[in-house]
Amino acid sequence: MSKRVFIIVPSTIVARGLEQIFHDLGEFEVGGILSDLSGSGVVQLRNMDPDVVIVDPSVFDHASRGNARVTLAEYTSAAVLAIVGSLWDEESLKQYDGVLSLYDAPTAVIRKVRAALEGHGDAPRSEGEELSAREKEILVCVAKGMLNKEIADQENISIYTVITHRKNITRKTGIKTVAGLTVYALLNNLIDINTIE
Amino acid sequence: MMKMGTSTERRLLSPSMKMADLMNLRFSLLGVLTRMGIPFGFGDETVEEICHRHGADPDTFLLICSVYAFDGYIPTKERLEKADLKEVLRYLRLSHAYYMDVALKELATALENLIEPCGENQKRIIWKFFSEYKDELAKHFEYEEKTVFPHAEAVLRKGADRTFTIGEYEENHSNVEEKLEDLKNLVMKYMPAVCDQQDIFKALFYVFSLETDLEKHTVVENDILVPIVNRLENHE
Repeated sequence: MSKRVFIIVPSTIVARGLEQIFHDLGEFEVGGILSDLSGSGVVQLRNMDPDVVIVDPSVFDHASRGNARVTLAEYTSAAVLAIVGSLWDEESLKQYDGVLSLYDAPTAVIRKVRAALEGHGDAPRSEGEELSAREKEILVCVAKGMLNKEIADQENISIYTVITHRKNITRKTGIKTVAGLTVYALLNNLIDINTIE
Repeated sequence: MMKMGTSTERRLLSPSMKMADLMNLRFSLLGVLTRMGIPFGFGDETVEEICHRHGADPDTFLLICSVYAFDGYIPTKERLEKADLKEVLRYLRLSHAYYMDVALKELATALENLIEPCGENQKRIIWKFFSEYKDELAKHFEYEEKTVFPHAEAVLRKGADRTFTIGEYEENHSNVEEKLEDLKNLVMKYMPAVCDQQDIFKALFYVFSLETDLEKHTVVENDILVPIVNRLENHE
């Protein structure tokens, strides 16, 4: 299924141009176009739940520009790319998951959007690179094959917290699958093989 | 060092270029060549001459090579229209055979050597992880070979029934890809100190090359096979 892109740019020409590029190259489809972030537009954005948002930073007024990414995060969890035509304050562009230029070739646009999507999945960072004692406890539960709900009940924490721990465990170890985490736990002597077989 | 992916380099992939120049672009192109059944020893002959001699379609061959040579390569409509679907399917099937019969066996041998000095439990759990990965990959290939590829061939003969369309071909590569990535990280970061450094390197070498190759294989499926079949379905 193609990923959905939501475009927020004041220029119809730019919006149509992007739409054409995504249409020609497949993989992404444009699910909505807005010229600004007015009330009804925001509702549309929230309802559509796109994978990617492409926004011209000039839709935000000068005062709110620095917080543009945070503002958008209230309406969507999508990866957000800025599209700029000329020189733009680099500092304010850092908040975005990617930056498109009006002069980018179509394939460059696709590449950048892909890269933004990939980088976007990162969990909120917890301190340090070693697993914390708490994370090790959660890891042992995961390795034993327990479900998030079961872990939450046993450890008396919310499912959301379990998920955050799991994201951090995966980010720190680089291991994503349950089977992989089980191997990790055994190699690091966190579990006994008899408890998992 | 050659810069990859710019439009200038992309234009270089033409049937009149020397096969040797094409192969020198990137190591992984050699895999495409051997799987297509084209032998080495091609001297200074062009891609077109060699392809014709070995019954391969030069346009399709170059299209697949472009995927391997340029990261982020997206085929144009014109090039997709020139490609031969039968040839794409032949390549995909030969690739599957290569992964199962060659690449995975090499990796298995390297992994076996690597875990030889480990404790029995460690050996058992690492081997189990690898076996599960292998089975999942085999199952995925089987689905493609029994469902997706025959459908593509039926579409080509204009004899496809309507029970399956290429749009339903759910690209469920994600889990297999994650497992291989896990294996890479486990071998690179967490092997016990008793393991031999060269053995770790060798195992990683095979994991990395398999991973890179499979990524390109997925691009061939998603960005070449699917759009071609899609177009034929709509023209029926």
